[in-house]
Amino acid sequence: MNDAPILKASKKRGPIPTAAIIIVAVGLILFGVYSGEAAEVFQKAVNICLECIGVG
Amino acid sequence: MKQWKRHMIQAVSALLHNPYLSNFLTGRVHRGKTKHLCVPGLNCYSCPGAAGACPIGSLQAVIGARTKNVSYYVFGTILLFGVLFGRFICGFLCPFGFVQDLLHKIPLSKPSLPKRLDKTLRWGKYFALAAVLILPAVLTDSYGIGAPFFCKYVCPAGTLEGGIPLAIANEAVRGALGLLFSWKMVVLIAVIVGSVLLYRPFCKYLCPLGAIYGLLNRFSVYQMKVDENACVHCGKCEQVCKMGVNVTQDMNSTECIRCDHCKTVCPTHAIKSGFFVKD
Repeated sequence: MNDAPILKASKKRGPIPTAAIIIVAVGLILFGVYSGEAAEVFQKAVNICLECIGVG
Repeated sequence: MKQWKRHMIQAVSALLHNPYLSNFLTGRVHRGKTKHLCVPGLNCYSCPGAAGACPIGSLQAVIGARTKNVSYYVFGTILLFGVLFGRFICGFLCPFGFVQDLLHKIPLSKPSLPKRLDKTLRWGKYFALAAVLILPAVLTDSYGIGAPFFCKYVCPAGTLEGGIPLAIANEAVRGALGLLFSWKMVVLIAVIVGSVLLYRPFCKYLCPLGAIYGLLNRFSVYQMKVDENACVHCGKCEQVCKMGVNVTQDMNSTECIRCDHCKTVCPTHAIKSGFFVKD
C-alpha cells in the first residue's frame, strides 16, 4: 500500500474559493498586461535564453 | 481512460506546445506574437519549436527584471491554469511529464525509494518554487537584474528542449558551450536515468510548476471523486498509483497528477473525474 503524500488536501472546497481564485487570477493577468509585463515576457521568449540552455 | 489514450493526448499537447518543427533544422526560436502567452506545461521558450512562453522562465524573467520584483501577469496566468485544471496539466498536458512517462516505459528494474526518503524529497519542489520566487529578486547584479536561477542551474527541460537542439543546429550556440552546459547535462542525465527507474522523479521532487498546481488541486474546477457507496475498499487504486497517492483517503492530494490510472482499475467504477463532477 502506498504512503500518504506530504501535504494533505483531501477535501474539495466549495465553489466560492474556486470562483474567488479565478477572479483574483484574472485581475492579476489584467493588471500585469496593463503594466507591460506581457511585453517583457515576449521580449524574453523571442530571444534565445542563454541561461535556460546552459550558456549564459 | 486507458493509459495509451492519455499518452496520445500528451503527444498532441507536446506538439501544440512546439508546433514550429522546422525551427529545429534552422536552429532559431519562434518569434511570433503567441510568445506573449504562457503555456500551461513546463516547456522551454528557447525550444526551437515552442509557440509560447514557459511559465517558470517568464516568472523568473519578470521577477529578475530591474524594475520589478513581482510578476502579476505570469503568476495570474499560472493561478488561472491551476484553478481550472490543477495537476491535470501534469498528467495530460505537460511535455516534460510526457517525456518522463515514456522513459519510465523502458523495461528495466523499477526500484522504489524508502518511504521516508521519498516523503522528504517531495519537499524539494516547494524549495524550488521558493527559489523561483525569491532568488531572482534578491540576488541581483550591479544593474539590479536577477538571473533565472532555476532555469540556469536546474531545469532539465531547458537543456533537453532548448540547449541540445540549438547546440546541434546553431553553430554560434555550439561555440559558446562551456562548464554551465556540462553541469546542466549532468542534471539532465540524472533526471533521465531517474525517470527510467522511478516514476516521474522531476515532477515529484523538483518541479516548481507542479508544486503550484498541486496546491490548487483541491480548488480546481477539474476534480476527481470517490463514490463512497460504490467503493469496496479493495485497494487496487492505491496499488496502481505511481505517484504514491492514498486515493480513497486523499483524492485531491497535492501529488495526484490526475492520470486516471486509479479510475481505470477500479472494479466498481467508484472513481469519477472531470469538470463539474457530481457527488
